[in-house]
Amino acid sequence: MTHHSRFIISVLSFGYAFLYIPLLLVVIYSFNDSAIATVWGGFSTRWYGELLQNDLILDAAFLSLRIAVTSATAATILGTMAGLVLARFGRFKGRTLFSGMIFSPMIMPEVITGLSLLLFFVTLQQLTGWPGQRGFSTIAIAHTTFAMAYVAVIVQSRLMAMDESLEEAAMDLGGRPLRVVFDITLPLIAPAMIAGWLLSFTLSLDDLVIASFVSGPGSTTLPMYIFSKVKLGVSPDINALASMIIAAVSVGVAIAWLVSRRIARTSSNT
Amino acid sequence: MSLATQQQDEMWRRVAIVAPYLWLLVFFLAPFAIIFKISLADPIIAQPPFTPTFDETGSLKASVDSFTFILTDKFYAITYMRSVLMAAAATIMCLALGFPMAYGIARSNPSTRSLLLLLIVLPFWISFLLRVYAWMGLMNNYGVINNFLMWLGAIDEPIQMMYTDFAVLIGLAYSYLPFMILPLYASLERMDLDLVDAAQDLGASRSRAFWDITWPLAKPGIIAGCLLVLIPAMGEYVIPYLLGGPESLLIGRVLFDEFFVNRDWPLASAVAIILLLLLVVPIVLLQRHQARDQEEAV
Repeated sequence: MTHHSRFIISVLSFGYAFLYIPLLLVVIYSFNDSAIATVWGGFSTRWYGELLQNDLILDAAFLSLRIAVTSATAATILGTMAGLVLARFGRFKGRTLFSGMIFSPMIMPEVITGLSLLLFFVTLQQLTGWPGQRGFSTIAIAHTTFAMAYVAVIVQSRLMAMDESLEEAAMDLGGRPLRVVFDITLPLIAPAMIAGWLLSFTLSLDDLVIASFVSGPGSTTLPMYIFSKVKLGVSPDINALASMIIAAVSVGVAIAWLVSRRIARTSSNT
Repeated sequence: MSLATQQQDEMWRRVAIVAPYLWLLVFFLAPFAIIFKISLADPIIAQPPFTPTFDETGSLKASVDSFTFILTDKFYAITYMRSVLMAAAATIMCLALGFPMAYGIARSNPSTRSLLLLLIVLPFWISFLLRVYAWMGLMNNYGVINNFLMWLGAIDEPIQMMYTDFAVLIGLAYSYLPFMILPLYASLERMDLDLVDAAQDLGASRSRAFWDITWPLAKPGIIAGCLLVLIPAMGEYVIPYLLGGPESLLIGRVLFDEFFVNRDWPLASAVAIILLLLLVVPIVLLQRHQARDQEEAV
């Protein structure tokens, strides 16, 4: 163990407390029986029960999940192509614009991305009649656009860290470039693609601002529903919903961490 | 290799470039052109609520009314200023807390290090909206912090925290802290510790060694971290909406309200264009920085 000064240890403790105490309190208050969210009225699980009977929440959650799966899959396909192009294709005409366009959606403020896409869809509808109704498809397109940037960056950095000798050897042995991509490159970058898919999925589930712009009447995603409720203040069923999300994420991440540690350990033993 | 398969490979290569390229041209670049076009229109009560770019005779109609309105109305100047100041203050808070944290994580032993890093990344996977919401219950007049302080006897009446600039700042710092820590950690972890030891062996004081060695070597991480917090914080909508009061307006919320509440699409577009102009410098800085970082990594 490296020596840590008292200062560093106290800052670390403060920092982690800052990050986690608010979440912990939400979980505690989700078991609060009182309908006034800030007054403790005894232990109860009734908000969880009400949550599961709330059709509005369930519909919104289902729409969000459908959008997240669709956009994460599209973003992984397009983003992997883009990452391959950036890492392996060298110079080509329009490369600077390409890498600029890949990178920009990640840092663009959401209000700008949302507004620009909505105005684009409105103009497109005037010109071509499509999209007749905004909702699932327009939100999925918007999410694909910013999520593919993340996938491209993850895939690209994985390819840069990997040396090209395996691919070159396969080519020297007469493998066709396309075969080499499918037989060698893709299996090697599979972990990056999975990470990219998961990140895109989460980003899509998380997005409120862009979805608010590009959705239409009748399509409310889960964050839009939550926002419409929390605008009015703290509410006990949102506490329950938040706790369920926190629990699901923590369990998922803990499993992923344990698995990756085991893989690291077995590979270092052999 | 036969000519046919070679042609097929060339075709696939082209698909890999063209598919993402086209997607981004259509769904990223074209929308920006349209924002620009609509910012030059006039608002009317119609569907959609702005004047067409070309009138019936086919001549170009553009008006800069929205821009002159924004540039002459003090309200917008103040709001843009406030957004820059709040984002900058949040960036400084993140750096002040994030730097020692990243330093501590980079210097702990490998097994604790991966756990500490995991705990930094974990909040990313939990809804942003719900993390901001968590602070509403904390900072309420009858929320956890006030109740605790009153129970301690430190205060007699609740302190007004919610719906103030203070609440917005806390919310920004809380939400964007991981964006600061991760790049800082990356550059601190790459640093050679022996350099600091050598400097101290040669008689440099701890603070001297820090300012002359650790700080300059961590600079790439500091720049990346600060820009990653500053840029999105400038256009933030959710945090000022939920935690800020009616007076603590930031430009992201103004844009949203111009569009959805006042239904003035040209004005909202012009607000977006000016925000984008303000962000051009930091965005280009960050892109250059990232490109250089990548070249060094190769």
